[in-house]
Amino acid sequence: MGEYLTLFISAVIVNNFVLTRFLGLCIFFGVSKNLSASLGMGMAVTAVITLSSTLAWLVYNLVLVPLHLTFLTTVVFVVLIASFVQLLEMVTKKCTPALYNMWGIYLLLIATNCVVLGVPLINVESNFSLGKSIVHTIGAGVGFGVAIVLMASLREKLRLADVPKALEGLGVAFILAGMLALSFLGFSGMISI
Amino acid sequence: MKELWDIYKKGIILENPIFVLALSLCPALAVTSSVINALTMGLTVLFVITANNVSVSLIRNLVNPKVRVPVYIVSIATIVTVVQLLLQAYFPLLYKALGIYLALVVVFAIILARAEVFASKNNVIRSFCDGLGMGSGFAIAMVIIGAFREIIGSGTFLGFNVMPASYEAPLLLILPAGGFILIGYLVGGWRMLAQYIEKSKA
Repeated sequence: MGEYLTLFISAVIVNNFVLTRFLGLCIFFGVSKNLSASLGMGMAVTAVITLSSTLAWLVYNLVLVPLHLTFLTTVVFVVLIASFVQLLEMVTKKCTPALYNMWGIYLLLIATNCVVLGVPLINVESNFSLGKSIVHTIGAGVGFGVAIVLMASLREKLRLADVPKALEGLGVAFILAGMLALSFLGFSGMISI
Repeated sequence: MKELWDIYKKGIILENPIFVLALSLCPALAVTSSVINALTMGLTVLFVITANNVSVSLIRNLVNPKVRVPVYIVSIATIVTVVQLLLQAYFPLLYKALGIYLALVVVFAIILARAEVFASKNNVIRSFCDGLGMGSGFAIAMVIIGAFREIIGSGTFLGFNVMPASYEAPLLLILPAGGFILIGYLVGGWRMLAQYIEKSKA
């Protein structure tokens, strides 16, 4: 149990996927202008990567490894995840329209994204067991959510600030993310796996 | 000819993928702590984006628009796998240093974006130039970021010492946080440069 807990905490704060591994930066900078949108995005990402990386783990260990096809991992994962997200979109649209109205727009953005492909690849490369890989993935999603919500709150405050013209928008967002990464650095060394 | 040159040129400064379009930011931070890694990643993307633009442009009239995105993704993933295997065979150290980010080239937004926005609507030669331009812009940006981080952060360039022995390198630039902050200022600098160019043209 303790092992799983450390893995989870390490994925959420110590090795935060956005701020120390730089995955999912496109969404991180794209969606974090608005607090409620980034909350939704954080939840959507967590749900999607948990399901898709479990699926990817099963395909990798039950199909690719026995058939010695691991060199096709990249192609298979990308196609698997993109089609899975598409399927998820259709199912939520049909079965739970309310959920779709809330999260539907994020699903398309997630379909081909660094974090969604990166997490399953890291799980497979670190030889995690199925349980570990699920815990690690949920941690990654929560970490992403924490980072994007913090960033959105900071950016909403920033709207009132007087920023040099050349740095407006993206420039200052990067510098802000740097400060945030610096504060997350304080957690490093807290847990080592 | 002039037209092709214009297509090539726009990817480098006015529509630079990293500094202006802000696409594909993950590698810009993750593998730029040394110049050689940044350069390898830059050249990889240059190759993938050009090859993918050409292949998308060749099949653009055969693909049903409804399934175009999956087709592009498979095309990109195939080219990336080829690069992965080549690097693994001939440059194992670089392959290790780039690690997972090499596989992530598949989902770099810039590659899919160019296929969708440009190559699916233009002929092969124009798509080739566009891919080359966007790829060069990407590679140049990567090398600029890598050079700043390596020279200031560890006092070396391509592994050679360039700073006097008494130079104490600030660790910050090698850390993730420093990468974010540096790119923030570079984005600002690039915007000033682009505005200057546009003004001098007008």
